[in-house]
Amino acid sequence: MASTTLNAHKSAAQLNADYHKKLKIQSTVIFVICIILAVICLVPIYILIVNATRTSTDITSNGISLIPGLALGDNLNKLTTQAEYKVSFNAFYGFRNSLIIAIGASALSVFFSGMTAYGLTVYDFKGRNAAFTFILAIMMVPVQVTSTGFLEFMVRIKLYDNYIPLIVPAIAAPAVVFFMKQYMESSFPLSIVEAARIDGCGEFRTFLQIGIPMLKPAFAVQAIFAFVTNWNNYYTPSMILLSNKIEQRTMPMMVAAILHNDKLSDYGVRYAVIAISIIPVVVVYLILSKYIIAGVALGGVKE
Amino acid sequence: MQSIQPRRRKSISYAKYGYLFILPFFVVYCFFMLYPLINTFVLSFYGNGRANADVNVGFQNFQYLLAGGSRPAKAIHEEFVNALKNTVILWFGNFIPQICLSLLLAVWFTDSKLKIKGQGFFKVVMYMPNIITATSVCALFLSIFGNTKYGAVNSFLLHNNMISEAINFVTGVGSSRVIVMFIQTWMWFGNTMILLMSGIMGINPSLFEAASIDGANSGQIFFRITLPVLRPIFIYVLITSMIGGLQMFDIPYLFHEDPNTIRPSLETVAVFIYKSFHATDPNYGYSAAASVILFIITSILGSVTFAMNSSTQDKKKNKIDRKAAKARKQLGGF
Repeated sequence: MASTTLNAHKSAAQLNADYHKKLKIQSTVIFVICIILAVICLVPIYILIVNATRTSTDITSNGISLIPGLALGDNLNKLTTQAEYKVSFNAFYGFRNSLIIAIGASALSVFFSGMTAYGLTVYDFKGRNAAFTFILAIMMVPVQVTSTGFLEFMVRIKLYDNYIPLIVPAIAAPAVVFFMKQYMESSFPLSIVEAARIDGCGEFRTFLQIGIPMLKPAFAVQAIFAFVTNWNNYYTPSMILLSNKIEQRTMPMMVAAILHNDKLSDYGVRYAVIAISIIPVVVVYLILSKYIIAGVALGGVKE
Repeated sequence: MQSIQPRRRKSISYAKYGYLFILPFFVVYCFFMLYPLINTFVLSFYGNGRANADVNVGFQNFQYLLAGGSRPAKAIHEEFVNALKNTVILWFGNFIPQICLSLLLAVWFTDSKLKIKGQGFFKVVMYMPNIITATSVCALFLSIFGNTKYGAVNSFLLHNNMISEAINFVTGVGSSRVIVMFIQTWMWFGNTMILLMSGIMGINPSLFEAASIDGANSGQIFFRITLPVLRPIFIYVLITSMIGGLQMFDIPYLFHEDPNTIRPSLETVAVFIYKSFHATDPNYGYSAAASVILFIITSILGSVTFAMNSSTQDKKKNKIDRKAAKARKQLGGF
């Protein structure tokens, strides 16, 4: 009798050990798979950085290498001094133009979306629900659907080759309004607005001095996303900047111009161009990654 | 309120501030998006090229795109149908691997029993491709998979005598599509994974606990609990991915080596639209008509998914209610 219970006990312990062993194996296998995926994510970028430091002949004759070369300076030098590169690529113009558009658009988008969301949450007025439903509905319209009419209209009123159509429309960003409104509903007590009123604070000042500071986390997340979206946008700038003048090109347009210029066959320089356009983004991403990933996760709780 | 205190006329109405606060949004929306949208619909009934821009052609653009006809119409019809086909192929080829991979990773990362190490690192690395400019990603992959012996992969394979002739990765129909699908998956699986993870973490943990106490294995937990509860997030991911797929532009448009020759195997509807209105003599008629068709497709897909979601959920709910009632009855019988 005693021995059977002992046996049962033993087998339970055995089972438990087996179970833990199984779990251990399982999680090791998964860990290895994750490592492989992480390598797949990083390898193209690593190849890019390595190739930007190699000469074109080295790249074209030896293919992929994991050891950096010594030609980074040469490649950059060629890029900035040789005439055939200078006509299609200029890092200074590229960064300047992309920065103007991305900063302008993200600032407008965040400020006015915050204002719209504040108006929809704080005030009770006729048509409030209709306005919000409308904003939800237009979130689904793809850009391509409006772009023909948009371009034709901009050409008609002579706003092509101009940054206004690239920056000002950011004021109407339905997805950002939606996000801000969700955020306000969960973490913005309306009584604070009442308190400000009693203290004699004007409505707009309340928004600026109380609303915005309280919504800072939402503002930060959305500003980062708006910045990245506008920085990476190739479609709208290449559509509006019809003349494709080098002084007006954004960074993605510079990369596209280098890519499809068949006179430029120096692979080292080509990789250097791509690296110039990618590395600042990657560095900023690594600094802000915590906020960015938290922001993506928040976006999913929408429904 | 007014009937109770008729004399307090002074209680200020703040409604006008509400209108004031939302005014900029709607003004800008009407000017830069609503009017262009209407303009697109109007343009779809007008002719192509500067010479015919003011000629009202009725439904001719739609007829050409959808049905074809004689010589010029036939070419444009074939191109448009090809673009639709490419869009569907490229979307499926990137969505299916992407959703499978992200779902698997999300389940693994959130499993409290497995305790995968380095999750923070994996999340940062796997999301990174999404943040990089699509144009640069395309340029990078184009240089890696270059058509000639100078492309990194080709030159590597040639150098090690694994192949005798350079593979045409870029001009080949199948290989170019597979590469574009791979790039899209590479760029988006991290994003979808984080969305799904936040969905799974929102599930009440007691559901998982109860299931494992009742002896459910991980497969059963996945199919009976995780998937059904994740449904709303799933629908969200599906819809955003579908709309994103219909808009696929940068990579298919730029993935070619010779200047100005977009690969026919990669021309999506978005590329077709862009090509039509971006020509030196813009064909606003065709691009507008294609946009209207795209708009209709988006609306149908969106509403079908929504309808499917709500109806099945209602049915499910009824079923669960019935089961619960039955269970209660049985318990009462004891």
